[in-house]
Amino acid sequence: MSRHAITIVVNGKRTERSVPARRSLADFLRDDLHLTGTHLGCEHGICGACTVHLDGVPVRSCIVYAVQADGAEVTTVEGLSPDGTTLSPLQDAFVSCHGLQCGFCTPGMLMAATALLRENPHPTDAEIRDELGGNICRCTGYQQIVESVQLAARDGAAR
Amino acid sequence: MSVASPPATEPHAHRFIGKKRRPVEDRRFVLGRGRYAADITLPHLHHVAIVPSQYAHARITAIDVSEALALPGVLGVVTGAELRAQTKPLRQYLDIPGVEWFPLAGDVARYAGEWVVAIVATERAIAEDAADLVVVSYDPLPAVLDPEAAMDPNSPPVHPSHPSNIMYQRTFVWGPVDADFAAAPRRLKTRYRWHRSATVPIETFAVTASWEPGTSMLDVWASIQMPQFPEQIAEALGLPLNGVRVHFDVDVGGSYGVKRGIKHAVLVSFLSRHFGVPVSFVEDRLENMRGGDMHGPDRIFDIEAAYDDRGVVKSMKIRTIDDEGAYPGRSPLQMGKPVGAIVGAYAIASVQYEAIAVTTNKTGQVAVRGFGQAPTNFAIESTMDRVARDVGIDALEVRRRNFIAPEQFPYTIPSGTAYDSGDYPAVMAKAEALADFAGLQRWRDAARAEGRVAGIGIASCIEPGGGNAIFQALFNDKDKTTTFPEGAQVKIDRTGTISAQIGVASSGQGHETLVSTLLGEIFEVEPDGIRVIHADSLAGLPSQSPVASRMAIVLGDATVGAARRLKDKMLRIAAHDLGCAPEDCEWNGTTVRVRGGDAAERTWLEICRIAHLFYHRLAPGMEPGLQTQFVIEVPTGGTLPTADGRVQMYPCHSFSAHVVALEIDRGTGRVHFHKYALAHDCGTVINPDIVRGMVMGGIAHGIGAALYERFVYDDSGQLITQTLADYMMPTTHEVPHVDMVEHETPSPFTSMGQKGVGEGGYMSTPAAVVGAINDALSPFGTRIDHAPATPVDILECLQ
Repeated sequence: MSRHAITIVVNGKRTERSVPARRSLADFLRDDLHLTGTHLGCEHGICGACTVHLDGVPVRSCIVYAVQADGAEVTTVEGLSPDGTTLSPLQDAFVSCHGLQCGFCTPGMLMAATALLRENPHPTDAEIRDELGGNICRCTGYQQIVESVQLAARDGAAR
Repeated sequence: MSVASPPATEPHAHRFIGKKRRPVEDRRFVLGRGRYAADITLPHLHHVAIVPSQYAHARITAIDVSEALALPGVLGVVTGAELRAQTKPLRQYLDIPGVEWFPLAGDVARYAGEWVVAIVATERAIAEDAADLVVVSYDPLPAVLDPEAAMDPNSPPVHPSHPSNIMYQRTFVWGPVDADFAAAPRRLKTRYRWHRSATVPIETFAVTASWEPGTSMLDVWASIQMPQFPEQIAEALGLPLNGVRVHFDVDVGGSYGVKRGIKHAVLVSFLSRHFGVPVSFVEDRLENMRGGDMHGPDRIFDIEAAYDDRGVVKSMKIRTIDDEGAYPGRSPLQMGKPVGAIVGAYAIASVQYEAIAVTTNKTGQVAVRGFGQAPTNFAIESTMDRVARDVGIDALEVRRRNFIAPEQFPYTIPSGTAYDSGDYPAVMAKAEALADFAGLQRWRDAARAEGRVAGIGIASCIEPGGGNAIFQALFNDKDKTTTFPEGAQVKIDRTGTISAQIGVASSGQGHETLVSTLLGEIFEVEPDGIRVIHADSLAGLPSQSPVASRMAIVLGDATVGAARRLKDKMLRIAAHDLGCAPEDCEWNGTTVRVRGGDAAERTWLEICRIAHLFYHRLAPGMEPGLQTQFVIEVPTGGTLPTADGRVQMYPCHSFSAHVVALEIDRGTGRVHFHKYALAHDCGTVINPDIVRGMVMGGIAHGIGAALYERFVYDDSGQLITQTLADYMMPTTHEVPHVDMVEHETPSPFTSMGQKGVGEGGYMSTPAAVVGAINDALSPFGTRIDHAPATPVDILECLQ
């Protein structure tokens, strides 16, 4: 198995590593960088739990190779909080609305919804449901997730 | 000791119970700081890959592991023969001697995907590479796939050591069934099919085990939701139970019943002990779907109903055949739990119930949300719809005419279970109003007049909560288990902060929020400052895990019991220090003062310091410190079944009424929800957002079971829905917005009047949705009597 030197900026921090060609970006984040907030639900690109931002665009890190992210900027759920402690408005809204239960799909949901609100700060219900349609949650039935995104959009508007 | 009646000193108006409170657990989850089983790392951790059977039924003639062993990084390989020589079989709950279940197949593989060989390597990828190098030779045998064909005495046997493929069969008769049928002017007979599906959590099963020879201790971290999990590991490995330590401070990424993983845990524990390294196994999705033994009930229902011209049902005969797959385990008991709500919400006087568990060459079944009652409620509710149609009344009216009346509680159903409390007509009326039922009927009729396909469905459901092991005894005479306990430990330290330990892992239910809210209520302190931790199985008290919608009831009341004991001790400490009798003192918030007297008092902090630091100020002989524990048996539990199989199943009975209006796309068969409204009664609500989420999540599972989700096997016994691209789970596009209203009928058996809430949504939704489809199909003269009713099925009915 060939190894490759890669340089990736993860959550604002420049990281250099040597990785096997077949290592997925998700495994790289979890196993090499110990950023276990990115979760693996299917490893075939359906469930959305492993969603991260690659150069600002949400991708499924289970079907991206780490070597494909060479030279890119990656943001994971650990990078949403400015200091690792303070909640972003979206994270705060998920807590406030209880837009989660077991928390396993939550990182992917947060990454997808963060991208949505960046593109569209005032989405309608239908737009929220459209944008999150690629992230499966088995706990909540989605209603409180949609409410969380609505709340974050409202709070964002107030600021 | 009962905790049902609060001391007079507790405030009557709740300060925290029923109020909006941000769940404690959510913060770590949104920060990406949850700690799931796959996140556990240990020094020298090794990883497991599995070689599965390619055949549904085959004799294993040879296994060649030489190439796999030669791969650098591979530590070792274990076959079924090696494992079986050194472990005991996994537990069966039925009395079926000779049906042996081990983590790895022995001479015969009994379903496609059954584990045959386990490989341990330094990396998961290397273990998987090695799995590809193992050569297993098979001699295929005829596969048994149809549960009814499997019952034929001439069917090939799945387990030749057992006399037939029928693992359990019993007919219960409760009340004068024959007389009620003979006297009834109307009867109908129907068949329903509940196909195999499951709750399929997004996290697959993961387990890490570490055997320490220096202490003879096995440590296990697992994504687990299972009663008797440490016991079963210890049994299989021949370890004393105090040599197994299961760590419950692991966040579980969804379960809804299925995170049992006993064969996974026994295998990984064995491998750790065998090879002397810590070992981790994280299922990939294919392993989870095919060989994870997490499929749910797979049932055929034959139902007869006897009723009068008004649609009042007098008696029912229910026959259930359940396809358990290759190894029954605990799953047949899922036909036992519905005994405790076998008449639903209806005053049906007599019932005949036949339960048949059949083994086939499919993956094993396991507990799924509702423990078997979702399919049974689907069959009962669908039958009510047919009764309504036969006598010419609507689906709402037939339920109203059959409801147990509010003044009849406590109400004992024919199978022996007393329902604690409820007001079904009031809840149904709330659902009717919330949905604007009359308006929906006008909408439907107008849509039909335009040639559209529209329908309305109704379902109600009894949601038993509390948990109780009595179905073990009901389905196995040799099993006399009547205890199903839950415990809580509470401490207050010398600085006055409160902590509690619970002996379970949580899979999204919010137990830390539950316990801290109740402690805050009892102690009259802000719950956010209270710490709740998950003990391991040796440090914790007896627990049965968060099954059976039981934690608000039993963990809640163990917590309340412990808190009241501590509060009483604090009062006695203060009284002694104040020089008066305890009965002359009272709590005033967090301060104990002399009743009606001067300003003499002891504050919370003073009492804590006396308890921990000033022994000379304690009453002689009093134990220092502030710590206690409380273990509760399930209220109304502790009995065995009667000879005719009557049981007191669970203590508390929640209720919900669902109203669904939907439209069907004539071109694609796709269902579009026009309205989904429900009214829900789980007694006293402790955290409104958690309750709402539980109900809503159950509805989403119900929509999946009603319309999309099915494990499909081909004619050779291969599972063909192996990925999340084939096994269709509802997304934001398929789950509609739901309007919900609460009704509170407190339970007399719990401290705050709370009941269970985890399963009712899943029990009601399939019947409501399929009922609405059948209403929509009624102008076409067709109907669907199975779930899921897929778009293809619906299109066929529109032809």
